[in-house]
Amino acid sequence: MIADAWDWVARVVEWGVTNWSHPGDPERGLLPRLTEHMRLAYLSILIGLAVALPVGLACARWKPLYPPVLTGVNVLYAVPSIALFFLMLPYTGFSDWTAIVPLSLYTLVILLPNVVDGLRQVPDHVRQSAVAMGFGPLRRLVRVETPVAVPVIIAGLRVASVATISMVSVASLVGLGGLGQVILSDGFRRQFDAPIVVGIVLTVALAFVTDALLVLAQRLLTPWARR
Amino acid sequence: MITFEGAAKLYPDGTVAVDHLDMTVETGQTTVFVGPSGSGKTTSLRMINRMVEPTGGAVLIDGEDVRQRDPAVLRRSIGYVIQQAGLFPHRTVRDNIATVPLLLGWRRARARARAEELMELVGLEPSQARRYPHQLSGGQQQRVGVARALAADPPILLMDEPFSAVDPVVRASLQDELLRLQRELHKTIVFVTHDIDEAVRLGDRIAVFRPGGTLAQYDSPERLLAEPSDSFVESFVGYDRGVRRLSFFPASGLSPRQDVVFDEGTSAGAAADALGGEPWALVVTGDRMPLGWASATRLAGADTPLGALELVPYGHTFAVDTDSLRAALDAAVLSPAGRAVGVDADGRVVGVVSQDDLGTALWSVTE
Repeated sequence: MIADAWDWVARVVEWGVTNWSHPGDPERGLLPRLTEHMRLAYLSILIGLAVALPVGLACARWKPLYPPVLTGVNVLYAVPSIALFFLMLPYTGFSDWTAIVPLSLYTLVILLPNVVDGLRQVPDHVRQSAVAMGFGPLRRLVRVETPVAVPVIIAGLRVASVATISMVSVASLVGLGGLGQVILSDGFRRQFDAPIVVGIVLTVALAFVTDALLVLAQRLLTPWARR
Repeated sequence: MITFEGAAKLYPDGTVAVDHLDMTVETGQTTVFVGPSGSGKTTSLRMINRMVEPTGGAVLIDGEDVRQRDPAVLRRSIGYVIQQAGLFPHRTVRDNIATVPLLLGWRRARARARAEELMELVGLEPSQARRYPHQLSGGQQQRVGVARALAADPPILLMDEPFSAVDPVVRASLQDELLRLQRELHKTIVFVTHDIDEAVRLGDRIAVFRPGGTLAQYDSPERLLAEPSDSFVESFVGYDRGVRRLSFFPASGLSPRQDVVFDEGTSAGAAADALGGEPWALVVTGDRMPLGWASATRLAGADTPLGALELVPYGHTFAVDTDSLRAALDAAVLSPAGRAVGVDADGRVVGVVSQDDLGTALWSVTE
């Protein structure tokens, strides 16, 4: 029994090592799929953050804006990702954007409320004293409220990163998807379990490392929040 | 000088926060706005730095309407201390204090040097410069708040219930510190509180606000306690105002008695004879430090020196030169002998004040 399990692990590891990269063909192997996975996930998260920050600041400043914007983002999240990937195909073809645009939109459902909540939880006495010190509205937002919101924003980034890294795999249905392709074409279609396991392990490892990097970033960016 | 000219604040829902306020806040003095919640004291304070805009009338600083000035620029010239300090959690103590100088465009090195100067002024350790606010106690945070408000040396300091979130012991020390700072700096301070004791302690002038945002009385603390203008002010200052008013009269007006004070070496019989009908003798050491009370009944017939008797604790004393009549009365009430022990700056006994003596002194105060 134990020997069987050991055999299986050895077989999976062996498959992973031999298929890590192909010196003759840089497009084949696990390594290019892993870097593609990272590229798609990280770009989606960064673009999501680049959109969520200004939109969130605007929603915190003009409060009536927030409910409709939040509803819009939530409804968008209800659209199945597969459908969105296929809808993108006529416009972006088989470029990275077919995956990145929908994935960025999905990150908003997590990032936007975090940006808004982060700004809202700035204590009233802190905001009032910033006004009384002579900060104008814009300067107050940039120099006081946003920095104080950083821990909450990073907490949102951690959730959004793990969700996005996981969802990239689905894009393999339109020929993208990084490690998802390993799972789908090498594993599922060929009824071969080693690629599926290797794909899962690498995806989870990527999510774990990304999360650890974000925790590190938080410690460096917000030494004042350490309690 | 800050002048309110019929200043009013009416909210769109019909609430009147401040109703036609006319008053003048003198330069270089501490003026306290005191009143129950909903009396418009904080709203009035915030009209001065335009955090609240009046819906009627005007607020003038040295004759100039504050609405002539850009709000952000105006605020940088007025220090502000808020309840809970309102420190920026993401900035170190030093950078919090340097906030306004940096907004005014000072070079960073100069602003930080100024911040360190102020830390010393308000009694913070230099080692706390690079800490973050959450690493400080409530009292220390409030000191940073005061230092931050003073950083650009503004002529006016607005303080909105600054000490109400700290415990009574810390509050008393912060109040002492503020009195000390004000003796050095002579700022025009407007201080909002709902605590009449704090108002009496800190204010050169006190403005009592009543619910509905009108001014009930504007007077010196002593006159406020002596002659409340109506029943609202009387109930607000408290029905023990008579006793509290004694804080304004020095104990140095009393004449402490020497004839019931005896050295511990005196024999009990001699002391009993000398007492001549007085019920208590105060026993002191050779250098006049108090030891305790001996009752006349214990002395009668005893032959030992006074120091060998079992004495009744003398309780707490009052300093004849620096304390008030209120402290003397307090010492007498708490003393087991019903008499207050007056001491000098070194704690040596000056004499004893009986309730009769105090009564005479109190009587002269009420006249």
